[in-house]
Amino acid sequence: MQDTPLTNLAWLLIAIPLASAAVLLVGGRRTNAWGHWLGVVAAAAAALLGIGILIEMLGLPEAERIHDLHLFSWIPAGDLSVDAGLLVDPLSMTFVLLITFVGALIHVYSVAYMEHDENRRRFFAYLNLFVAAMLVLVLADSYALLFVGWEGVGLASYLLIGFWNQRTEYAVAAKKAFVMNRVGDMGMLIAMMLMFASIGAVDFETVFAAAEGTNEGILTATGLMLVLAACGKSAQFPLQAWLGDAMAGPTPVSALIHAATMVTAGVYLIVRSAPVFEGAPTAQLVAAIIGAITLLFGAIVGCAKDDIKKTLAASTMSQIGYMVLAAGLGPIGYAFAIFHLVTHGFFKAGMFLGAGSVMHGMGDEVNMRRFGALRRSMQITWITFGAGWLAILGIPPFSGFWSKDKIIEAAFVGEGWQPWVFGPIALLGAGITAFYMSRLFFMTFHGKARWKESEDSANESDKDLPVQHPHESPLLMTVPMIVLAVGSVALGGLLAIGDTFTHWLEPVTGHVEHHDPVIAIPVLIGATIAIVLAGAFIAWRQYAASAVPVTPPEGSVLTRAARVDLYQDAVNEAVFATPGARVTEVLTEADTTVVDGAARGLGSGAVGLGTWWGRLQTGFVRSYASIMVVGVVLAVVVVLATRV
Amino acid sequence: MTSILVDLPWLSLLVAVPLLAAVVIWLVPGLQKLARPLGLAVSLLVLAGAIAMVPGFDAGGGYQFTETYSWIPAIGASWAVGINGLGLVMILLAVALVPIVIAAAWNEVRLPEAAGSGETGSGEPDTKALDRRRAGYVALVLALEAMMVAIFAVRDLFSFYVVFEAMLVPVYFMIGVFGGPNRRPAALKFLLYSLAGGLVMLSGVIYLLVQTGGGEQALLLDNLAGALEGNYTAQLWVFLSFLIAFAIKAPMVPVHTWLPDAAAEAPPGTSALLVGVLDKVGTFGMIAICLPLFPEAVANVAPYLVVLAIISIIYGGILAIGQKDVMRLIAFTSVSHFGLIVLGIFIGTQTAMVGSMIYMVAHGVSTAALFLVAGFLTQRGGSAQMSSYSGMQRVVPVLAGVFLISGLATLALPGLSGFVPEYLVLLGSFEASPAAGVFAVIGVVLSALYILLAYQRVFTGPVDPDRSDLPDLGGRERWTMVPLVLAMLVLGFFPAPVLDVLTPAADQFAAILGSAS
Repeated sequence: MQDTPLTNLAWLLIAIPLASAAVLLVGGRRTNAWGHWLGVVAAAAAALLGIGILIEMLGLPEAERIHDLHLFSWIPAGDLSVDAGLLVDPLSMTFVLLITFVGALIHVYSVAYMEHDENRRRFFAYLNLFVAAMLVLVLADSYALLFVGWEGVGLASYLLIGFWNQRTEYAVAAKKAFVMNRVGDMGMLIAMMLMFASIGAVDFETVFAAAEGTNEGILTATGLMLVLAACGKSAQFPLQAWLGDAMAGPTPVSALIHAATMVTAGVYLIVRSAPVFEGAPTAQLVAAIIGAITLLFGAIVGCAKDDIKKTLAASTMSQIGYMVLAAGLGPIGYAFAIFHLVTHGFFKAGMFLGAGSVMHGMGDEVNMRRFGALRRSMQITWITFGAGWLAILGIPPFSGFWSKDKIIEAAFVGEGWQPWVFGPIALLGAGITAFYMSRLFFMTFHGKARWKESEDSANESDKDLPVQHPHESPLLMTVPMIVLAVGSVALGGLLAIGDTFTHWLEPVTGHVEHHDPVIAIPVLIGATIAIVLAGAFIAWRQYAASAVPVTPPEGSVLTRAARVDLYQDAVNEAVFATPGARVTEVLTEADTTVVDGAARGLGSGAVGLGTWWGRLQTGFVRSYASIMVVGVVLAVVVVLATRV
Repeated sequence: MTSILVDLPWLSLLVAVPLLAAVVIWLVPGLQKLARPLGLAVSLLVLAGAIAMVPGFDAGGGYQFTETYSWIPAIGASWAVGINGLGLVMILLAVALVPIVIAAAWNEVRLPEAAGSGETGSGEPDTKALDRRRAGYVALVLALEAMMVAIFAVRDLFSFYVVFEAMLVPVYFMIGVFGGPNRRPAALKFLLYSLAGGLVMLSGVIYLLVQTGGGEQALLLDNLAGALEGNYTAQLWVFLSFLIAFAIKAPMVPVHTWLPDAAAEAPPGTSALLVGVLDKVGTFGMIAICLPLFPEAVANVAPYLVVLAIISIIYGGILAIGQKDVMRLIAFTSVSHFGLIVLGIFIGTQTAMVGSMIYMVAHGVSTAALFLVAGFLTQRGGSAQMSSYSGMQRVVPVLAGVFLISGLATLALPGLSGFVPEYLVLLGSFEASPAAGVFAVIGVVLSALYILLAYQRVFTGPVDPDRSDLPDLGGRERWTMVPLVLAMLVLGFFPAPVLDVLTPAADQFAAILGSAS
């Protein structure tokens, strides 16, 4: 084994942003002046260390790229004993680099984006806290420690969605996210209960080693519970309803947490738990079905939203659906799920930052029906956003082409009905994605302006339009956008050449022989590109070539359903919230009338309560003392009597 | 060094010192002015004394620091003390909370007329009356401290019963004299419930004496263990009599209704001690008395208690969601958490037992913090109704932060004190009964709801202009919260030292239940 000084310092990846968050939170207002820069430096330092560890790891032979760093004994409770330790391997390092690199860029962006917010320091504290928690999640070497990061990112997400919680609906959105995530977390806890009951441990090494010899029923249950956990964190059906509301958070948060990193944690969980799913084909199939449903669900919703951030959120949901589908396909999909996760992390974060830039220039407007023709006044935003748009469409050679195309191919692999269901869904999803993302892009940057520069417009038809002074954002914002755009253009191709990325992950995901899809690959690629171009063309005709109405048209039944997220909130309301509120109300009432009433009745029935009550209130000490004395005397008498 | 410590009647001293100090502060008029600093000094001394025991404690060594003195030989009663890991940890929790409570209530004790209405008419005679009143409160807290140490240390059933009942006295006055507007009915309710439980337990003690035949030192717990072996009927009846007393104390559904009233009316510091420590006497008694004395009966009744515990978890959680008063809400969260503790005790696995034990400490810390910080809020705002507040995070950010951290510890966020205990109880319960584990895990969602709903109602939303100038936590208040917040973090990330002390005790108690069933 070679010496690995940097890898041994991997705990610093977590410690640095955590310490920075602590300084900013405990230091309070005293750190206002420089707090944001401390946050940036902490994120950047973690990114540099991450790159250092990567370089060190690349210098090692493949077999030696997995390191388990023992930190300390965390829960030594006898039968259950959990150590805190970090698993540094190609899979976790992929995430470390994504989190710290994209994270650092978004920190820089936020310096400018949050400049006028009096709580900017607190914002950076939460961002650093998020980075630390996310790194715990991906570096943990046990499900227990992973859960620390898992709920830690949930907390950071809660704090950041509710960052502007002086608006009640934002506070409600934050709570909704946390509570829905907790439903998923129940799954995580039950999965760990199953592991402990059947295997006696919750650390990866022991669980994975024992998985092969474990009963399929238990593995299936464990796998299904892990899928439930993934559904919560990654906003997959049926726990998807929180993600759209989470757009209440400042846009950099949406980019980092609700697009690039945290919401992909469910995919990480499934891929990391590969040995469990290996023995649980039913759970795998359920994951694939959930991914397929969500990718369509998100795509359909994305077509109807007029809020630029909510469109992107629906898109994120849909793209993660692709990843979950790929992860559910098993070993042939793992590497592609992660590959798409990385490219998506770049292009989606880039587009969110672009959306933030548009909002920055348009007085925080998010309604795309109030945009249009912004390409002239915001050229950098337009170009960088365009790179992300082409990437998510999967136009070669942009990043998304390399990763999404692989998932579509993998969805067509297999026997029986599955390739003929998953494959066409993945293909159809690509077409819908092309439509709604092009719709977003054209409505925002092309067509006619649905705003005006000044009041004294000559044109009579403009008189109802809002006045806007769109302008390009400052360098601190545009530079991160440019970097992410470069990634959107080139990263996918670079990592796909010679299957670099899949080889890199092989120590974790294992080597997979090539499987031929049920339809020839060139045909699939051609079909994908054709359907994508068709989707984009329809969007161009409708939203660039013709005028976009400022008020949304009534729309078809499907459009109206999609606008309200296919009635997800109404369903949750009817099935859970309303009955739950009713139960709470009834029980709260019953607690005072029935439960407490019974006890009161018992008291008053036994004694003439009226007099006793009065006497206790005036002479309670005497009464109390006498009761005690009587009791003690009684005890003495009885004992003495029985001893005789 | 260590031998000197062990040779001293260490536990008796920890009982005697605060009790004496309480009497002196109460009776010597000249000291009443100094009651608060004096009380703080005494409580810190007791804390130092308790910490000094730790190096001499051997986690695997069973009951230690034992003393036995003859008391009433005719009925077999002795003054006997000794602690195992659980006793040590509970005593440390109790004596650590006392100085915090004294410091937190530094200015909160007011004259009855002035209570809640700010400072009015501060003439010369008023100052004296105020000093008297403050001295009274400090004396009660110290007296209670003595009894809390005693109850976790006694190794004689008669002494246990006496302390169990005597503890009611200071708490009764702390609620009935120093509490809110409806303090008297609440204090009385507390007293009646506790008395009822105590009397049932007394009958059990007497029956036990009759059954075992008495004799000198007959009521030493060590002598009682195994005394009823083979006499299942006796075990069952005595166990049930103790169980009723302990279930009322721990508050389990359906005998919990005294707690929300008491917590709503008591001064926050009193609630912190009441729910944080005193209620643990119920679960402590279930473990340290019921298990060794009535193992077969416990093993047979345990499944019913598991069901009752699960009902407590879910019922307490739902009721907490339905509360409008923040203090009542915290009380109901505790009903839910006590359900988890009781579940861990009776489910019958070592893992769950360790979990219950550390739960008792962790819950003590986070609930005390919640009560104290909610008290800081209600004293500022003059109302405990959550609807009276809005957007307080912008007004009192530090207070809001401490509330959130304590709340997150309460909802068992990993990395804070509540997680490891809940995790152990859940995993240990599932091991014995998957259904119990799955039902109990519903508490995870309920806890997120009741804590975040409370936070949303009080601390988010637009700032209420009427309360936009409330002051944030001051220096004294901050420093009282610092140790609690640190404890929540340490118990979250480095619970190993506490677990090392508790695990041998848990092994022992879990083995009793295991071999009995």
